[in-house]
Amino acid sequence: MIEVKRLHKSFGPKGSLEVLKGIDQTIQKGEKVVIIGPSGSGKSTFLRCLNMLETPTSGEIYYNKQLITDRLYDINKLRMNIGMVFQHFNLFPHLSILKNITLGPVKLKGKTENQAKEQAMELLQRIGLCDKADAYPSQLSGGQKQRVAIIRALAMEPQVMLFDEPTSSLDPEMVGEVLDLMKKLADAGMTMIVVTHEMGFAKEVGTRILFMDDGLIVEENTPEKLFTHPQNQRTKDFLSKVL
Amino acid sequence: MFVGKVMMKENFSEFIEQFKISFVNNFITDNRWQYLTKGLLVTLEITFFAVMIGIILGFLMAVVRTTHDKTKKFKVLNAICKGYITVIRGTPVVLQLLIIYYVVFATVAVDKVLAAIVAFGLNSAAYVAEIVRSGIMSVDPGQMEAGRSLGFTHGQTMWYIVLPQAFKNILPALGNEFIVLLKETSVSGYIALADLTKGGEIIRSRTYDAFMPLIAVALIYLGIVMLLTYLVNKLERRLAKSDRG
Repeated sequence: MIEVKRLHKSFGPKGSLEVLKGIDQTIQKGEKVVIIGPSGSGKSTFLRCLNMLETPTSGEIYYNKQLITDRLYDINKLRMNIGMVFQHFNLFPHLSILKNITLGPVKLKGKTENQAKEQAMELLQRIGLCDKADAYPSQLSGGQKQRVAIIRALAMEPQVMLFDEPTSSLDPEMVGEVLDLMKKLADAGMTMIVVTHEMGFAKEVGTRILFMDDGLIVEENTPEKLFTHPQNQRTKDFLSKVL
Repeated sequence: MFVGKVMMKENFSEFIEQFKISFVNNFITDNRWQYLTKGLLVTLEITFFAVMIGIILGFLMAVVRTTHDKTKKFKVLNAICKGYITVIRGTPVVLQLLIIYYVVFATVAVDKVLAAIVAFGLNSAAYVAEIVRSGIMSVDPGQMEAGRSLGFTHGQTMWYIVLPQAFKNILPALGNEFIVLLKETSVSGYIALADLTKGGEIIRSRTYDAFMPLIAVALIYLGIVMLLTYLVNKLERRLAKSDRG
């Protein structure tokens, strides 16, 4: 479904800081890929390259066999198929919860207000927040905001969901509700790529774990094998610190 | 004591009498009040249309400037905007008015009101552009990313997501800019345009009485500014409803 070839990304003046140093990766439909690794290893940058929020310095990304890193490719169309959830939720504070969810479907997918509203209420019911439809983001808790952010992305009916440390800015007691929703999503068969520090979630939900360090995928394996028998020394060091 | 009180009373009623005579002389005789009402209409007309030009041009320039800062697009347009803002902010508005009327529109017989609208509109646009730009920069970059990640274009995200938030943040500054603009139009007399201030001046030149017409003009400006302030505050409260925690 997604194929990444020799992906490089540099930041700073004249690309002085190389964050991704050549990533090759293929992700199949239905996989739940969890990316772990120390801070600054390039996990988030890699994830953000997948929907072109960051423009790769070099390398190729194919989505359903189409080269999306091509300058002429319509990136906005691609992004409608790839949902993204951010660390800081990024709900639109000037719009009600309902409008947050319906804005995309109405403006981009040509749904009527009523169709979009119906769909949004259905999604809100799934997360038990129907009564918040007319509330504004500032009136919600962190966990509620992140769950709304997830269904806002789902309302676009994406084929893949990207999660960029979705629980990192939450109070500990709210992490569970967000992870639960993500688990349900995984069980429903959604293709997911998740950057996270929640090792429990990685073990339970991930079908494949990528360990990144210093701009490279150092090791990848099923969660059972990677967590119990890591091969690479850097993976061992990292896991010994976080587990 | 008692005598003094009577004296004061007499002085006071004399003052009232004087005031009445002066009022009639300045405003009633020859229908002089019309200088003020007609002038007021001209002032409001200039301000209203200048504000329109200022908002539209200002928003456009701000979007060009911020888009360029982010994506490096619009190089030429950005340079033009930058130069424009520098020139407008670097020269007095009276001079800009004179140049528009006597230089730019020198060869065409253009209505003075139109010349003033163009001059004040172009002037205001430069200030509005900088206000709006600061507003756009005050919006969390995550908002643009969230919009783009849903599939909105840069322009759509600006329109639906960033600008509404920016507008809310800059409303006080924007309201202030328009109050300043309203008062700045009082220099329209430089091109012999009969605005509110000029109306007061005309009455003064007829009656040789400065107090009545000038204070009246001042009170009218004050009244409009207070009304504008009230309206801006009301709009601010309405837009703030999403802030309730």
